[in-house]
Amino acid sequence: MAIELPENVVVSKLDSLASWCRKNSLWPMPFATACCGIELMATGASRHDLARFGAEVFRFSPRQCDLMIVAGRVVMKMLPVLQRIWQQMHEPKWCISMGACASTGGVFDTYSVVQGIDRFIPVDMYVPGCPPRPEQLIQAIIDLQDKIQAEGTIEGREFNTFARQQRKRALMELPIIGGPQIIMPPRQGVN
Amino acid sequence: MSTLSEVVAALKDRFAEVTDSEFRGQTRVVVQQSQCFDALSCLKNEYGFDMLVDVTCVDYLNFRDATDRFGLVYVLAGTESNLQLTVRVMLNEPDLTVPSVVPLWEGANWMEREVWDMFGIRFEGHPDLRRILLPEEFAAHPLRKDYPLQGRGERHNFPVLTRAEA
Ligand code: SF4
Repeated sequence: MAIELPENVVVSKLDSLASWCRKNSLWPMPFATACCGIELMATGASRHDLARFGAEVFRFSPRQCDLMIVAGRVVMKMLPVLQRIWQQMHEPKWCISMGACASTGGVFDTYSVVQGIDRFIPVDMYVPGCPPRPEQLIQAIIDLQDKIQAEGTIEGREFNTFARQQRKRALMELPIIGGPQIIMPPRQGVN
Repeated sequence: MSTLSEVVAALKDRFAEVTDSEFRGQTRVVVQQSQCFDALSCLKNEYGFDMLVDVTCVDYLNFRDATDRFGLVYVLAGTESNLQLTVRVMLNEPDLTVPSVVPLWEGANWMEREVWDMFGIRFEGHPDLRRILLPEEFAAHPLRKDYPLQGRGERHNFPVLTRAEA
């Protein structure tokens, strides 16, 4: 079966076309809670110009976004808000964990700071740094675009892979509420 | 208008067991728990300390030479007399209750809520003694020294969202 195609016609798969559209119009939801947010703003501003990658339309309504960028530390009072916003975003959606704090809690290993958002919501891309340079965030977005192109389908098959459903590493060693209290031993020489 | 040393002397006259000390130009008095509201209202109404700069607390657990557990600190200032005075009330378990000073200074409202939140000192007569920083359901008072720095697992007590669910 031979069909003559004109020169300006390209043959592709519908999946690939859909992924191509999605990856080039990522609308980020800026979940900027701390200093990393400043670098996120710099990334969106004119010098680094996120518009070159089609991701400059920051929307503050989760219903209009498909990429959540968590920039900064998330405390335990903020986490329910983060989860609610994640749930309000429509599929297909992706999440970038920006900076040491969002990914691991960073230096804030205290009672109120969540030690990595990937314990509670799915994360697609981690950006190291404190704060990461805008170039790093741009690189993460480019990598995410490659990932979307490689994995994305219009049926949402990408969300049913085994790796996506697995529980995160950190959840294996959660402390137990109501466990034995840790009390500082009295110092020597104190009456 | 009286000087700070006159105020301290008058306070010592009037209330039993008031002690005072000075450190780097800052005058501090320690008053008894039972007299703290009277002493503070006397300072406000008679000696012109019309501004409450701060209410905070110190936990002296395992502190060297400390005999009391908590030191509740009121920092007062007089905007006309230009005086500053730190009033300290020592508290011990189980009686961690003092009268609220909101009737004297409105601004004490949130500061006392913060002390309640972080140290668990109860302010009797406070109009709205709820936690101010931590979530309502938080069970501990984290700035106490016997509370572990990394908490008791509260920070990880949340449901986990996976790709399948949301
Ligand atoms: S990683 Fe560094 S810059 Fe980013 S939120 Fe944490 S402390 Fe701030």
